Amino acid sequence: MDKVQLLVSVSLALFALGLLGIIVRRNVLVMLMCMELMLNGVNLSLVTFAHRLDSIAGAVLVFLIFVVAAAEIALAIPIVLLLARSKRTLDLAAYTDLKG
Amino acid sequence: MIDALLARLDDLFLVLFAGGALVGAVLMLVLREPMRVALALISTMVFLGGIYGLLGVHIIAAFQVLIYVGAVMVFMVYAIMLLDVRDPSFTRRFSRLLVPGIAGAAALLGVLVYAAWQELPSVPQPPGNATFGAQRFSAVFLNEYWLQFELVSVLLVAAVVAAVAVMKISRGERG
Repeated sequence: MDKVQLLVSVSLALFALGLLGIIVRRNVLVMLMCMELMLNGVNLSLVTFAHRLDSIAGAVLVFLIFVVAAAEIALAIPIVLLLARSKRTLDLAAYTDLKG
Repeated sequence: MIDALLARLDDLFLVLFAGGALVGAVLMLVLREPMRVALALISTMVFLGGIYGLLGVHIIAAFQVLIYVGAVMVFMVYAIMLLDVRDPSFTRRFSRLLVPGIAGAAALLGVLVYAAWQELPSVPQPPGNATFGAQRFSAVFLNEYWLQFELVSVLLVAAVVAAVAVMKISRGERG
């Protein structure tokens, strides 16, 4: 069994599980964490390919993704706090104001 | 027997860490409490850090633990503790898209994994066992990718300004 194929499969599985979590869960914070899981899956594939090609570019991209993920979570959490304060719930089904 | 096992110890740990990461990801989907989901995500991230270390990308392994587990997930755990309200998303954890979601994700995963298990194209240079040490990484990072680094710092400043703006909105709502 090839190591690269195993790791790429694991990264694809993490991405699909994160996407499934965003679709099926109702809690906003859990959905945010599933987004982080998808990011981690992408990072794993980048690191795997960087290792296979012996190139440093993938590792640099993963490093930049870390910083962007930190910025993303620093913005997403205050937005979730605001939503939870205005709607008094973390259930995504309550946030349907834009549906019309 | 022991010698053969020791010779393949890296592969054994790789499979163990990959399995641990997948178990953590599945637990994230089925656990009810957000705090337990966060702990499952943290364990998945630590296992991924172990995989990065086994692949020789030590600097990314260190930053995986420092930034993701140390900063992002601690922030997330704080938010969970702030928002621990008993609401419908706790008692009914799945939306009504459960069955189509599972079917779609299974189909997506099947297609992707089938594509991943095809013959890989040969790479121009054989995969070396060189590790990405901090020295090599830093030299390449600051010589070739300094512009991207600066752009990311601009993005961080924008994120800080946006977070301050969100806090101002929240103060205005409170009166």
